[in-house]
Amino acid sequence: MIYGVALLSVCMFIGSLIGNLLGLATGLGSDIGGVGFAMLLLLLLLITNSNKITKKLPEGYEKGLNFWKEMFIPVIIAMSASQNVFGAVSGGGLALIAGIASVLVAFLMLPILNSFLLKMALLCHS
Amino acid sequence: MSFLIVGIISVFSNFVSSKLTHGRIHNSAIAIFVGLILAYVGGTITGGEKGISDISVFAGLGILGGSSLRDFAIVATSFGAKMSEIKKCGAVGIVSLLVGILTAFIAGAVVAIAFGYTDAVSVSTIAAGTVTFVVGPVTGAALGAESTVIAISVASGLVKSIAAMLFTPVVAKKIGLNTPRAAMIFGGLMGTTSGTTAGLAATDASLVPYGAMTAPFYTGLGCLLCPSVLYPLMRLFLS
Repeated sequence: MIYGVALLSVCMFIGSLIGNLLGLATGLGSDIGGVGFAMLLLLLLLITNSNKITKKLPEGYEKGLNFWKEMFIPVIIAMSASQNVFGAVSGGGLALIAGIASVLVAFLMLPILNSFLLKMALLCHS
Repeated sequence: MSFLIVGIISVFSNFVSSKLTHGRIHNSAIAIFVGLILAYVGGTITGGEKGISDISVFAGLGILGGSSLRDFAIVATSFGAKMSEIKKCGAVGIVSLLVGILTAFIAGAVVAIAFGYTDAVSVSTIAAGTVTFVVGPVTGAALGAESTVIAISVASGLVKSIAAMLFTPVVAKKIGLNTPRAAMIFGGLMGTTSGTTAGLAATDASLVPYGAMTAPFYTGLGCLLCPSVLYPLMRLFLS
């Protein structure tokens, strides 16, 4: 099981390294998309070369990955309990409306963008 | 202690979900809602910024739900995700990030102007806050905004991430948020990693890795675009 967790840490480490380097390169100094890079890396390791790499991995590595995958929901619950909800609610009407408006706009844009991009993709393929 | 509390919340929300709502409301959605209420209670008691985890007995919740373990668990969710879906949607992800930042910024700017702000620096800072609560202060600091304006921008970002957690499961069906592709676009449009992942978890946990693939780039891109591109554009409209 520890092998899976170690593999996860390797991906996490390399991902945040790339994210931080990207942050340095753009002058922002923070981690840009480290989590995204780490996810891509894990996917690439486990799927693209599934025969080459997963055979070499010690047995039972899936358990470590699955453990953290299952832990995701509890982590999210703990995260929601540690949000600054008080700060958000007491931020005043402007903050409340601006925050909710941006969420509503994202909800509105999803079906529009989804069908628009689908059309574009179809055009490209034909 | 933190595991015990999360366990109790899970059992409770499972019960409410299956017995009281007959599975109509996802148990994770209820659990997240309970978590947010606890966070509010914690905030009113301590006046701190980390919800219930500011009370020392519950400090473990802050560690379990902190950004490092959160990111670790998010990366693990990609175990079992389909690479083919992500390859197909790479370009879609980039477009949705750009559209997401632009539309959130516009929404924030419109509300800020409606509330009487007229100078480009304040409007841009508040608008950047509605991108995410990290982009707001970064932009505000870069533009030299007043601290009260920066505080409003942070609060807007907090409201956004909490609203995403609460409302995503409610509207998911209506907006077609049920495919990996839609989840990737959603991650790019919404951007807040906590809001996106919690919202997707409360909708359908198998969608989480796809949304979590695009969302982490949002804040970085927002920090890049707001002060450098969107603020100069704002100055064209507001002198």
